[in-house]
Amino acid sequence: MASSVAAEPQRYLEARIRWRPIEIAFWLATLTPFVLTPNYLVLASQIAITALFALSLDLILGYAGIVSLGHAAYFGFGSYTAGLLAKWGWGEPLSGLLIAGAAAGLLGYLTSFIIARFRHLALIMITLGLGLLLAEVANSASWLTGGADGLQGVRMWKLFGVFAFDLYGTVAYSYSLAILFLLFLVARRVINSPFGLALRGIRENAIRMPAIGAASSAHIRKIYTIAAVMAGIAGALLAQTTETVSLETLGFQRSADVLVILILGGAGRLYGGIVGAIIYMVARDQFSGINPQYWYFWIGTLLVAVVVFLPNGILGGLARLMPSGRGEP
Amino acid sequence: MSSQRNQAGADGVDLSALSTRGLDKSFGSLIVAKDIELALPQGARYALIGPNGAGKTTLINLMTGMIRPDRGQIFLGADDITALAPAVRVKRGLVRTFQINTLFPHLNALEAVTLAICERCGYAGTWWRKLPAYGDAIEEAHAILLSLQLGAHCYRATRELAYGQQRLLEIALALATRPKVLLLDEPAAGVPQGESAELFSVIANLSRDIAVLFIEHDMNVVFRFANRIIVMVGGRILVEGTPQDIAGDPRVREVYLGGARHG
Repeated sequence: MASSVAAEPQRYLEARIRWRPIEIAFWLATLTPFVLTPNYLVLASQIAITALFALSLDLILGYAGIVSLGHAAYFGFGSYTAGLLAKWGWGEPLSGLLIAGAAAGLLGYLTSFIIARFRHLALIMITLGLGLLLAEVANSASWLTGGADGLQGVRMWKLFGVFAFDLYGTVAYSYSLAILFLLFLVARRVINSPFGLALRGIRENAIRMPAIGAASSAHIRKIYTIAAVMAGIAGALLAQTTETVSLETLGFQRSADVLVILILGGAGRLYGGIVGAIIYMVARDQFSGINPQYWYFWIGTLLVAVVVFLPNGILGGLARLMPSGRGEP
Repeated sequence: MSSQRNQAGADGVDLSALSTRGLDKSFGSLIVAKDIELALPQGARYALIGPNGAGKTTLINLMTGMIRPDRGQIFLGADDITALAPAVRVKRGLVRTFQINTLFPHLNALEAVTLAICERCGYAGTWWRKLPAYGDAIEEAHAILLSLQLGAHCYRATRELAYGQQRLLEIALALATRPKVLLLDEPAAGVPQGESAELFSVIANLSRDIAVLFIEHDMNVVFRFANRIIVMVGGRILVEGTPQDIAGDPRVREVYLGGARHG
């Protein structure tokens, strides 16, 4: 028996990470707004950016079990970095993204040394504190950030020197979607790697990890830095496609929203943040047209309902209906 | 207290796989370890017994670095490991299992053991290559699971495994780290009597390169599988000896039959 199953474990693990038809269908469907809802491409672009931000949170929350209430710190830091670069005369989008990602990654790396030492409630408080702290610094440094008025004078160059960012959002959505897809591929590889397995080990049982000789702190610092880079790039995309940066990019509200989005969609399953972003942003767009103040009433209701009835989020609920989907919690 | 200090390591030659010198630990006024002197030779099969609350698990926690001693030293071979972090001790070959299953509920057995091997081999930091590319680690994990009769269950989530299989997975995880010294905290805890002998025959058949110390309450198992027995009472080592010595020792009989402590 042993010989006949020699390579089977490897094949089994291969099969688990293979692309599924539904994934390919999903990514093809992200192209439909160009045809079906061409008037909503600006919204679609914002959704793609939020989805990328939620994906970065999923890497730390869904996979490593690091609960953060201050993830906007890296989003906003990337946003201001990209915005300031463009304001100061370097409006080239792609290099701007890279520089903003690197800057946010550096901030993430530095803060990860604190993050790696704590868990649970302490971690929530620390990430919240770091987020508030950075938001207040940006508020005080209004000579640099424009303070409450936002950063003005961000002028982007044409993408690849050819495509100017237009009012309809065609270029913005193409650009945001392409970056989202690229970084999704990176995230997918990360979680399907030995490192991704170690992250799941930390989430599943942080106490056992040292007992199998795991360098848990180093793993946490690494994924936190990777997530910060991705959040920074998401923030930079927002700055570049809207040509402005507001304090709101660093705010507590944004940190809380992205957490809600991820939990709605389903944490720890890569697509959760993306699906959550689509539902949340489309619903907000529709509801706030009716009555803006009422919007959080419905989001609150939805959140309670999802957590009570679908503890693994919307995707978790769907996975139960379709056992062939990405069913692993 | 200082009279025996020189027995281990003073001349730089020490045959013990694991040894301690003068380990003390107390939580407030509660003494959980007092002057623990212990030497586990290469290939040992030692049992650690004693009534509940004697400090057996605490001693494992002390030796593996999960709690810090107030005083004393711990040596792995000739190296002083007293100051090392738990994960570093594991990398050096000092590995434990847990009395209460301490596993990864949503990972399947294959993933869990592969994870331990990836950590040992230094693959676990690699995020740009797919896990299935590490065929050697996966094959080794599968081989360990097969050797522990877990091959048929290796794709099932840990939490879905039968309790006895989870106890075996505890040992599989420890073996995946390639231990030199293995500390087993009641490996058969909660396993029905019939199966516990099966589990201990797995332990008895482990490579002789591994020194094993196990905590166990079932005296039949202890006398069958241990070549030496250490008896702890109230945070101290009461006596150490061969099963015959221990069986005939009046102090041990007093501890177990005298009813001074609940157990």
